Amino acid sequence: MTTPDPPRAGYFGRYGGRFVPETLVAALDELESAYAHISGDAGFQQEFARLCRDYIGRPTPLYHARRLSQRAGGGAILLKREDLAHTGAHKINNALGQGLLARHMGKTRIIAETGAGQHGVATATICAKLGIDCVVYMGAEDVRRQSSNVRRMKLLGAEVRPVTAGSQTLKDAINEAMRDWVSNVSNTYYLIGSVVGPHPYPTIVRDFQSVIGREAREQVLAQFGRLPDYLVACVGGGSNSIGLFHPFFHDREVKFIGVEAAGQGLETGQHSATLARGRAGVLHGTRSYLLEDEHGQILETHSIAAGLDYPGVGPEHSFYKDTGRASYVTINDSEALEAFHLLTRTEGIIPALESSHAVAYAARLAAGLKPEQLVVVSLSGRGDKDLDIVFKAMGVEP
Amino acid sequence: MSDIASAFRPGHKSLIPYVTVGYPSLDATVEIASVLAGCGCDIIELGIPFSDPLADGATIQKASYHALQQGATPRKCLEVARRIHQQISTPLVFMTYYNPVFNFGLEAFCRGCKEAGVSGLIVPDLPPEEGAELEAVSREYDIDLVYLLAPTSAAGRIEMVAQHSRGFIYLVSLAGVTGARQTLPPELEDFVRRVREKARQPLCVGFGVSTPEQARRVARIADGVIVGSRLIEAIEQDGSLSALRDFTCRLRQALDFESE
Repeated sequence: MTTPDPPRAGYFGRYGGRFVPETLVAALDELESAYAHISGDAGFQQEFARLCRDYIGRPTPLYHARRLSQRAGGGAILLKREDLAHTGAHKINNALGQGLLARHMGKTRIIAETGAGQHGVATATICAKLGIDCVVYMGAEDVRRQSSNVRRMKLLGAEVRPVTAGSQTLKDAINEAMRDWVSNVSNTYYLIGSVVGPHPYPTIVRDFQSVIGREAREQVLAQFGRLPDYLVACVGGGSNSIGLFHPFFHDREVKFIGVEAAGQGLETGQHSATLARGRAGVLHGTRSYLLEDEHGQILETHSIAAGLDYPGVGPEHSFYKDTGRASYVTINDSEALEAFHLLTRTEGIIPALESSHAVAYAARLAAGLKPEQLVVVSLSGRGDKDLDIVFKAMGVEP
Repeated sequence: MSDIASAFRPGHKSLIPYVTVGYPSLDATVEIASVLAGCGCDIIELGIPFSDPLADGATIQKASYHALQQGATPRKCLEVARRIHQQISTPLVFMTYYNPVFNFGLEAFCRGCKEAGVSGLIVPDLPPEEGAELEAVSREYDIDLVYLLAPTSAAGRIEMVAQHSRGFIYLVSLAGVTGARQTLPPELEDFVRRVREKARQPLCVGFGVSTPEQARRVARIADGVIVGSRLIEAIEQDGSLSALRDFTCRLRQALDFESE
């Protein structure tokens, strides 16, 4: 019938691309050329590196979680401590990079979507620092369940606009942000928070998040004199996982494991396991796996972790899945909660519920490994934002 | 000449209404199409609802959501189109997002369009760079794939769309989403002129056109006028469709005033 897609910029195998209204094409072209310019610009890269160090607090530690490893009973679990980055999650890496890019492009207004609120907080933070107006779209359901992050964004000077359409979560916030961008494209920069959306966003976000994997690679070599056996990270849109995985791409002996949210169980339909249960389609400007019904309508998803509650996934993950470079597994709500408590009690580290999915799988994985085997886990964020949810799940008032 | 091309003739300004299939119900859409044809519309745009209509403003979002609740799947929309085609001779085009079409299968969808009597396809999130596959398949079934241009489109893109768009070119009047607006953007004349220099196809302007006066102003420079959200509002206003009939006929009169 037709020939396969030729390889081209913005594609990861047959995934990616730029499925957007015509109005946005010029803006994406402008973004692509500005990004190409700053990628080769030593001044920009130096400023980014300096602020990563002095403002975000990088490098974040790679911490050998000995008690957790002991409890799991097998391999060594190493935590890449993105929870210690400024604002409490890896999202700030990308927000800083794109914020500087927006300033370079002369944009006077930044918009963003957010699910758990971590990306919204990161964006609001950078906008405060750079003195740029900030509007954050957030599903009304997420506004309710992540209220502490809403308050932080407001303090930082951002306007938070609750989105009441559809499932009132991250997917709907992205729709609304795109509508805003289409309407205000001349002065507005859309600061996407994950490796999703139309080209060049999946590449830009991956590049800014790759600082996670580059540091982890150096640190594990310095501490253990060898590469890890496994990398484990949670996957919603997939930015912390791609950020960890990508710098190890050519280290074929290092296995990548992405952990999706099984929510209340894959069989219940109440989950966000896009790669495990989805199929190829087009959403939010990119071709990738997605969760849809038999008629091509996007499904509502569920996860106890708002940051994983998304029916799509970054196109590079779809490529990794099809080529077998990464494998994707699932952890459900109650397993994630259990891991939340496990890490809190064994290491004195309160993880975000998103990251708890990665911890849960890593603990299970480590149980079957030899003591000398190494598992690097992306601890993508801290759990302060989740205390209400956790107490509610425990059936006690905070 | 395709059905769509024959809807354009010198000295005549085409009126192209948009309605969401399944709003307020699948049966009502058949009736609505008859009303629109009766008012002298030249092409009818039938929207296949999508769960995430990111090029649409509040009115069409709401209509799409409602239509999905009514069970307006792509297959049902094809059935509705077939019923309409049996009753009226006005050319029909589908407007929808890429995912429902991709999910249906490009070949199966275009075959379905052909069988139902749908002559064209508008997919607002499918720019020509991504459209090669659908272009090829739709051409096999004599379905016109209509591309869009926006005020932000650079000269190179205008040329590309002029090369690839079939039937007509859909000019998005403003940088924004669909929805009724008080005024038309002042740069519209210049935008239409820039496209006219490069393109042979009829040029139809949509997004934001919501009064007979605005339609007249657009008709002075373009070959066709597309009105959507304002019609959905008229349908919502009055289930007997008399508000829709009155308003559409006023649009027709306004355009006829500009026709020679």
